[in-house]
Amino acid sequence: MSAAEQLPALAALVVAALLVFGAALALIGAIGLLRLKTFYERVHPPTMATTLGTGSVLIASMILFSALESRPVLHEILIGIFMTLTTPVTFMLLVRAALHRDRLDQADDPPREAPML
Amino acid sequence: MKSWSSYVLLALALVALWLTLNQTLAAAQWLLAIPIAIAATWGYASLRPAHTPVRRVWVGLALAFAVLGDIVRSNFAVARIVIFARSRDRTAGFLDIPLELRNSLGLALLACIVTSTPGTSWARYDATAGVLTLHILDLIDEDAWIDLIKTRYERRLLEMFP
Repeated sequence: MSAAEQLPALAALVVAALLVFGAALALIGAIGLLRLKTFYERVHPPTMATTLGTGSVLIASMILFSALESRPVLHEILIGIFMTLTTPVTFMLLVRAALHRDRLDQADDPPREAPML
Repeated sequence: MKSWSSYVLLALALVALWLTLNQTLAAAQWLLAIPIAIAATWGYASLRPAHTPVRRVWVGLALAFAVLGDIVRSNFAVARIVIFARSRDRTAGFLDIPLELRNSLGLALLACIVTSTPGTSWARYDATAGVLTLHILDLIDEDAWIDLIKTRYERRLLEMFP
C-alpha cells in the first residue's frame, strides 16, 4: 500500500494502537476459549473479539481511510450494527443447544424442566 | 408513537443504509434509494408484523451509552479472568433473575445487551414465570448482578416498552 506514506504521523499512531488493541482482545478471547473448562464458560471470551475487538478495528479503519481520502468514511458503522444484531442469535442458539444436550445427559448443572421461550 | 410512524422510520433507516453503503449523497443514489426503501418497507408491512409501540426514545439513547460503557468495562474484566484466574478459583454459574419486562421487543433488546457484554450470556427465558436465566463468568456477588440487570437495563427498557 503506497498510500500509507501520506498518512499523518498522529493518525498512523492512533490507527496502529487501535489495531494492536483490537487484535490483542481477539487473541485473549481465543486463549480464553482454550483455557476455560466448561462449554458455558467458553462462550464468554470470544464475545470480546465481537464487541470491543471489532469496535477498535472498525474505528481504526474509519480513521485511516478518512485521513487518506480527506472525507468522512463511515460505512464501517454498519458492520458494527449488523454484528451487534446478529451475534446474539448464534450465541443463544449455541447455549440452548448445550442446555438441551446437558438435559439429555443428566449433567451436573441440571436445567429445570420448564416451558421455555 | 403511531403505527405508521414506525414504518416511516424504517424507510428512512433503509435510505440511510443505502447511502452509507454506497458512500455517497449523489442525486442518482437518492433516486435509487427512495423507491427501494419504500418497496422494502411495503414488503415488510405486508408481513403484518406485531406492532410494538415505542415510548421515550431518548431513554434508549441513555441506555445505549450505559451499555457501551459496560461493554468496555466487562471486556477488561473478562480479559483479566482469562489471563490471571486459576481454574480452581473460577466462579462461573447460572443466575435466575425475575423480570417484570414482558414485551418481546424489549426482551430481544435485553438479549442483545446481555450477549454483547462479555461475561454474561443468555441461557433461558421462562415466559410463563417471567424468569430469565443468565450464565455469568464472574458470579461472586449475585445481588450485584441482579441489581445491574434490573436497575440499569430493565428499568429503562420498561420505560420504553410499557
